[in-house]
Amino acid sequence: MARNPVTWLGSPTFPKAAHKALADTQLRQNLRKATGTIRARRAAAVIEMNDWEQLRVAGEQIKDDVLARLDTLLVQLEESVTARGGVVHWARDAAEANQIVLDLCREENANEVVKVKSMATAEIGLNEALEAGGVHAIETDLAELIVQLGDDRPSHILVPAIHRNRSEIREIFQRRMGVEVSDEPADLAEAARVYLRQKFLTTKVAVSGANFAVADTGSIVVLESEGNGRMCLTLPETLITVMGIEKLVPTWQDLEVFLQLLPRSSTAERMNPYTSVWTGVTPGDGPQKFHLVLIDNGRTATLEDSIGRQALRCIRCSACLNVCPVYERTGGQSYGSVYPGPIGAILTPQLVGDMHDPQAASLPYASSLCGACFEVCPVRIDIPSVLTHLRAEVVEAKGRTAESIAMAAAAWMFREASRYEKAQKAGALARFLARDGRITSLPWPGSKWTSSRDVPAPSAESFRSWWRKNRG
Amino acid sequence: MASAREEILARIRNAKVPAAPQVVRGYNRKGPGGVEMFAERVADYRAIVHTVSGVPEALAPLKGKRIVAPQGVPQEWLIDGVTWLHEPLSIEDLDRADGVLTGCAVAIADTGTIVLDGGEAQGRRALTLLPDYHLCVVRADQIAASVPEALERLESTRPLTFISGPSATSDIELNRVEGVHGPRTLEVLIVT
Ligand code: SF4
Repeated sequence: MARNPVTWLGSPTFPKAAHKALADTQLRQNLRKATGTIRARRAAAVIEMNDWEQLRVAGEQIKDDVLARLDTLLVQLEESVTARGGVVHWARDAAEANQIVLDLCREENANEVVKVKSMATAEIGLNEALEAGGVHAIETDLAELIVQLGDDRPSHILVPAIHRNRSEIREIFQRRMGVEVSDEPADLAEAARVYLRQKFLTTKVAVSGANFAVADTGSIVVLESEGNGRMCLTLPETLITVMGIEKLVPTWQDLEVFLQLLPRSSTAERMNPYTSVWTGVTPGDGPQKFHLVLIDNGRTATLEDSIGRQALRCIRCSACLNVCPVYERTGGQSYGSVYPGPIGAILTPQLVGDMHDPQAASLPYASSLCGACFEVCPVRIDIPSVLTHLRAEVVEAKGRTAESIAMAAAAWMFREASRYEKAQKAGALARFLARDGRITSLPWPGSKWTSSRDVPAPSAESFRSWWRKNRG
Repeated sequence: MASAREEILARIRNAKVPAAPQVVRGYNRKGPGGVEMFAERVADYRAIVHTVSGVPEALAPLKGKRIVAPQGVPQEWLIDGVTWLHEPLSIEDLDRADGVLTGCAVAIADTGTIVLDGGEAQGRRALTLLPDYHLCVVRADQIAASVPEALERLESTRPLTFISGPSATSDIELNRVEGVHGPRTLEVLIVT
């Protein structure tokens, strides 16, 4: 079987990548600023709701119902989309999905497509596959554009260029757009507007993802902010939407829960600026050809795991990233996947589906199990429990390797402040956190866990002390 | 070889996910609502909001401009002194227009949102997307209190656009900046 492009080829294991990221103070500063801002704003947007917990419970239950009836609901979605003039395609894996989209582009004689930001297409490596087939994909979301023009990789679900500050963005825009622009966010946004305008007005094919698909009506829902989504969903003649099979809600009414949970959790707004809903094809309004590509790519395998399957409830809000002390410190690229942070740590290894893959198997250790992610998750995914469960699977697959023992010990120690502080007082910290990324010996209490030597260190600076220093 | 569709469906069945309990909808389906809350929350997005008793008088600032008027806009809104642009309009026509004047299908007080459904006085989606200025007339009786109430009033199979403030982005250091690809100015007239 072909490797799943959800992880980037050649990525080092999490501890190695994190170790490198920790040396990048600019990155850490950018992330601290951005996640700090959004954390405070999300909290304010949530406090305003006196029924937030009830909404979370309903969100969890609706998604669990979707997973329980996924086959029936997918068939229902297919029927309703087809009845309204859309064409539904099914893809077992990334390669199959990419081929379907490429063939559709060729059918339309398109050598260029405009794209709305979509995690599903990033997961399957669609842009690269299209490029190899002679079709250029233009990312139109501001952050995706920054990543694309910077020949960079994404580091956040919602804001893939979160690791870039305004002056870095300015530099990328000046270099790639050939324009003079200041580092004022408003000017940078204007530069993107001008750069993309003609593309929107002339490109014949658009590719999007979907936040939700309503099984009983066939309606597809995309939430966005900039209007690039509306441009792509409205102006081209052909629209190709790629979505994971779990993105369903059973009924139109169910959306009332998610249209409240998602904006407040992701951008901390009461509502995001634009939400588009379309059902198949509407004569005289918008694309007259609509294709929906449903992708599995590891999801059905994830569904088989009774504990791990809750990761499929995820609505990609990114709240768990923004509160995660590990993410804030290591940045998203350390996770070696389009899904970073706590959700990435549980979803990516399951989609890869191979605990013998050292990089994927290292991801469940990318956490101190502090539980902040579970607290903010709008669909109540118990990320710490899934992490623990997956760690056990790693051990089962590979046996108790020195690496897994060390990572587990470190994670255990970071979990409780008291444990950590005792270890610190014991004065063994310096040895534990050796500069070259190797552990020479674990301090108490980690020392109880292993006598093995020279295993990779999970990090260079303790999460805890960093956390206190920077967040207090 | 089984088709992708058959194979995926078979794998799902094979996973034998147990049935989920009945969804408990313990959240608020209604809310206080009202014109005031709606006006306040639209303004929070840095949209311009006026509460007026009559539409034509409020349209005077449009004079001298080229404004798109979708089908079904009431005759009395089409005041003199404005160059009204009617369908059929090309993408270039829309791109060159100074603005667009519409009604709406539903509005939401709780979130300060207006919803267009392509019906009377709204037109197809491109009309409210390409002009840089959108003036939207909301009647007080169109304002639903909450998101659940609004969805109940909407026809899901029509092309819907939920609009909450002008086009914006949070992509630079997670700070909201108004004005990217959609209309950079949103003005809302609430008619009481
Ligand atoms: S796991 Fe939960 S908090 Fe994290 S992105 Fe998904 S829905 Fe949001």
